[in-house]
Amino acid sequence: MKRSIVAQSFSAAMIVAMALGISVIAQQAPDRSHPPQPGPPAALRLPAIQKQKLSNGLPVWIVELHDVPVAQINLVVFSGTANDPPGKYGVASLAAVMLEQGAGSRSALEIADAIDYLGADLGATTSSDQSAVRLHVPVARLADALPIMADVALRPTFPKDELERQRTQRLTGLLQGRDDPPTISSVAFSRLLYGKGHRYGTPQMGTAETLKTFTSDDLRAFYTSAFRPENAMLLAVGDITADKVLPLLEKNFGAWTSPAPGASEKLPATDEPPARQIYLIDKPGSPQSQIRIGRIGVARSTADFFPIQVMNTILGGSFTSRLNMNLREVHGYSYGASSNFEMRGAAGPFSAAAGVQTDKTAEAVKEFFNELDAILKPVPAEELARAKNYVSLRYPSAFETTGDVSRRLEDALVFHLPDDYFAKYVANIQAVTGADVQRVARKYIHPDHLAVVIVGDLKAIEPGVRALNLGQVKVMTIDDVFGPKP
Amino acid sequence: MKRAALLLILALAAPAAAQAPTAPPKIELQYSQFTLPNGLHVILHEDHSVPMVTVNMWYHVGSARELPKRTGFAHLFEHLMFMGSGHVKPGEFDEWLEAAGGDNNGSTENDRTNYWINVPANSLELALFLESDRMGYLLDSMTPKTVDLQRDVVKNERRQSVENQPYGEAQVVLGEMLYPEGHPYHWPVIGYMDDLSAASYDDVVAFFKKYYAASNASLVVAGDLDSATSRKMVEKYFSDVKAAPAPGPITIPGVALTSVQKRTIADRVQLPKLFLAWLTPRHFEPGDATLDVVADILAGGKNSRLFKRLVYDMQIAQDVSAFQSSQALSSSFQIVATPRPGHTVAELQNVIDEEIQKLQREAPTAHELERSVNQIESSFYNRMERVGGFGGKADQLNAYYTNTGDPDWFNEDLARYRALSVGDISAAAAQFLPPDKRVELTVEPEKVGAK
Repeated sequence: MKRSIVAQSFSAAMIVAMALGISVIAQQAPDRSHPPQPGPPAALRLPAIQKQKLSNGLPVWIVELHDVPVAQINLVVFSGTANDPPGKYGVASLAAVMLEQGAGSRSALEIADAIDYLGADLGATTSSDQSAVRLHVPVARLADALPIMADVALRPTFPKDELERQRTQRLTGLLQGRDDPPTISSVAFSRLLYGKGHRYGTPQMGTAETLKTFTSDDLRAFYTSAFRPENAMLLAVGDITADKVLPLLEKNFGAWTSPAPGASEKLPATDEPPARQIYLIDKPGSPQSQIRIGRIGVARSTADFFPIQVMNTILGGSFTSRLNMNLREVHGYSYGASSNFEMRGAAGPFSAAAGVQTDKTAEAVKEFFNELDAILKPVPAEELARAKNYVSLRYPSAFETTGDVSRRLEDALVFHLPDDYFAKYVANIQAVTGADVQRVARKYIHPDHLAVVIVGDLKAIEPGVRALNLGQVKVMTIDDVFGPKP
Repeated sequence: MKRAALLLILALAAPAAAQAPTAPPKIELQYSQFTLPNGLHVILHEDHSVPMVTVNMWYHVGSARELPKRTGFAHLFEHLMFMGSGHVKPGEFDEWLEAAGGDNNGSTENDRTNYWINVPANSLELALFLESDRMGYLLDSMTPKTVDLQRDVVKNERRQSVENQPYGEAQVVLGEMLYPEGHPYHWPVIGYMDDLSAASYDDVVAFFKKYYAASNASLVVAGDLDSATSRKMVEKYFSDVKAAPAPGPITIPGVALTSVQKRTIADRVQLPKLFLAWLTPRHFEPGDATLDVVADILAGGKNSRLFKRLVYDMQIAQDVSAFQSSQALSSSFQIVATPRPGHTVAELQNVIDEEIQKLQREAPTAHELERSVNQIESSFYNRMERVGGFGGKADQLNAYYTNTGDPDWFNEDLARYRALSVGDISAAAAQFLPPDKRVELTVEPEKVGAK
């Protein structure tokens, strides 16, 4: 059916004009001497969160969004890769992916076929602080998809042949990671910052060494300790109502119980950062060098969350940020440069990164440090205001889709954000002062104590980087990063 | 593309519905449209779910319009559109938008260039001011220095997305193999380095005058807006953009492969990769939607024929994918697969050929067809969730308008898939995927330096 014209607010003459496809209103040229000023901002309209519980105590948060007939159902489990036991780094990630490889009476192929046939998306993933099984489905097919999701989340079977398939898939994926400069630099960077003994020093998926050792029992052990109703929550977002969706969730998740609480891993403390070190990783023939510079940053629980958001936006968190303007728009060394504080349960990495043309590698590193030094100094008022507005005024768009809303709720749950966190977000950003920005820059950036990782064509970049005299230079191979090539 | 590393492919060839357990309701999307005296076509769509609006402009020009020795120019030009205009100094475009809480980007393909600005609803006027200023007054602020700077940025975009990207050269070579020299799809959208070096300020002036006319563009304004007020605002800001004739359509003889084109290239990678490619019907032509479903049945999901055999059962491939890449002048269908260590592209190709032949001989099951069509239908709903940005509702309205003349072609598009029978699938596989008229490209690991 065609809905060609929304006519309520138009006059009859305008409708005729529209039907003729021409505009009848004569216009004077607009005033282009200055940009139009914004009207009054719309109030942030946050979707209401209905907080409920199933009969087994499993909490359920429900948000109704009735724009599109889809639903997003997430089972969030408050254990992730940070809970991998020592020597078993990668087990949480492999356990998550294995949930879909056999569950209840269904095989991996049957699960995939049923989900695909319903036009649904089902995924089981893990990150540092959580695991999750997420279902996105046309709401008309929600009741058909939930039993499959419940099998995957509550009754995984960890078949041995499927474990071998996933093991080979991941080992081959690690092999292919050696091709990709951003992957190499990020794996190397984490290891150099956190070392072998801290979980953050090893990729979520583990290493070839650990991947080779995992058994179905390892996966089951992690699953049993993590996937318990006392350690989980359900989120339901979309074209649903509480009275209709709760009985469905009760039917599929209400009888879930767990045998016993499992042990939880504690992350070790991290060391004070050493003096500035430069690591060059040889990737012969690279037309670009992948640069990553940083240090251990902050946990999500930091009291400096809002000032850090603003400071990082100025440094490398937006298009007009200093790193991007310098490396891209002034010098043209790169397609884009950025910086980021990755905040997790414990202090995650801060890093600034860019891919730069090989013959400008040293120049680019110098410009990175120019900006990392400059951010310690007072920030001009206009730049500060722009960054605060950029972060806060578009905040409504963080609640647009079912996926957006469910991600916000997951953050709130995993990191124990206060009930008024969303409502106060804009005000908290706007309250950040120039002094705050300078304080957190000085507290967390420390240009003299940064690790610099550069993946590139060693013979082309080494002399220039050494000549910068930034600190001790260590040359590494890709084998040093990933282990010997199989 | 202005900033994101990879081109988001707008999955326009999608929607449909077979009658699975419960059919979801129909998608309805209200809009209004009008054309300004200068020829700019405007489409308005209200969506009040969040207090944001988007300004989405499509210029009906892409790399297919480029001149010899100036490949990559349409995309380089896209970059210049963010560098200021008559009443906007260099840098102010982004500064003003960020200060208003806005985001923006653009992308270039063979047939079109698109731009979007997402802003809080109270800054719609600013977005229209900026969008109209660069349409009306771009050249007033353009200098050879601006061109030089963005040339360097684009060269780095090329290094990042092609040369330093594993297998990145393959898509460039595939275009060269599929299309004869002189055909506008022969060269890559990102262009060749030498041509990027050669692009001049004079080229910018000529290209802008020829292709960036209001009559060669369409504008969608969507989001938390009032249509009547927004219409007045659009009329105000685009009223001083002068009219200019739109370029005529591209006329190019149809192309066909007449034999197997084979090539092997080397890359700094661990594993080889196989690319098979065919020339196929243009977007929205008969066969186009059918080939989306053929791709799904061959390689969409664990139960697809190629994934199940190559990756799941035989375990000789790390991955396999298939897709119909729909475009205005000609489409291509590709199958891409990576052998596991110890296996070869030849092994994969044998199995792939077996499965294609099987699909050509025997119709797939009704279940396979329905599974594909149900997924396509769901993707249609998922694409309704976001208004702005690449692939949001505004971008889709503009795409449908550009390609069909009708912004609201959602249901017609959907109907293409709903109408398919299992016999159509095997017929399309037989007609469009012949074994003796295709491109076979292999990427092999480089012997030296592939550590």
